[in-house]
Amino acid sequence: MDQRNQMHRHIANTRKSLFDQGYLDEQFIQLEELQDNSNPNFVEEVVTLFYRDSARFLSNLDQALEKRPLDFNKLDSLMHQFKSSSTSIGAKKVKTECTHFRNYCNARNAEGCKRTFQNVKKEYTTLRKKLEAYFQMSRQVGPIETACRSR
Amino acid sequence: MSMEYYEEDVPHVLAVDDNIIDRKLIERLLKTSSCRVTVAENAIRALEYLGLKENQQQSQFNGKGAKVNMIITDYCMPGMTGYELLQKIKESSMLKDVPVVIMSSENIPNRINECLEKGAERFILKPLKLADVKMLRCQLTKC
Repeated sequence: MDQRNQMHRHIANTRKSLFDQGYLDEQFIQLEELQDNSNPNFVEEVVTLFYRDSARFLSNLDQALEKRPLDFNKLDSLMHQFKSSSTSIGAKKVKTECTHFRNYCNARNAEGCKRTFQNVKKEYTTLRKKLEAYFQMSRQVGPIETACRSR
Repeated sequence: MSMEYYEEDVPHVLAVDDNIIDRKLIERLLKTSSCRVTVAENAIRALEYLGLKENQQQSQFNGKGAKVNMIITDYCMPGMTGYELLQKIKESSMLKDVPVVIMSSENIPNRINECLEKGAERFILKPLKLADVKMLRCQLTKC
């Protein structure tokens, strides 16, 4: 029993640190609020969709960044979509890097775009690792506990 | 598009968005607010669902379109935009009284004014919150 309490506390602390360190914002809480007994895995379902969708966007952006000359409108349009998805799941740092990228697109700054795209990928990968670990932990104690909303 | 069967007095909302995550979110938000939801991934599909074909004139409205109490659409979509969808709906004698809500991740005053002037019920910034949807739901049932 004591071990379960420790697990709960560990999960709650992990969750809290994701917010405190700026990886997630209030939008993630909105997702959690939409999770209930009739949809006990809603958050993880949305996040999993995000991974799949992101793989596609990031690959398209990679390809678009290979072209010479760069099509900044296309790059901006692709990033707009990825930023949209990131925003919808509360991926705060990823969203910020997406904005930087779009600013460089608007400025027609190729070096800036390439540099910030590396940051976008880095933040995405970091967030994904952390969320995967968080969900895996949550699954170990059972789905109901993950709906706990203490900040 | 996904469809659900519900009783008559539950508002039926058609949600249009090209982003798969946003579609999932809006669907859940609307269902949580006791709405029947149909989602469409683009404006053309939405029009087809409503019984309007892209190049069809009003007189050719096929009358087989589904009845919806509200349409909520993203602004930025490839092909036909949410604004163009709004235009088509407002130009249709069958559909012009259906409230249309526009969503956008970008807060651009010109865009907002443009949509409101075209007859959009409301312009909401993404990401949508439960409070936004509950407010819309309330409007539909005039509570």
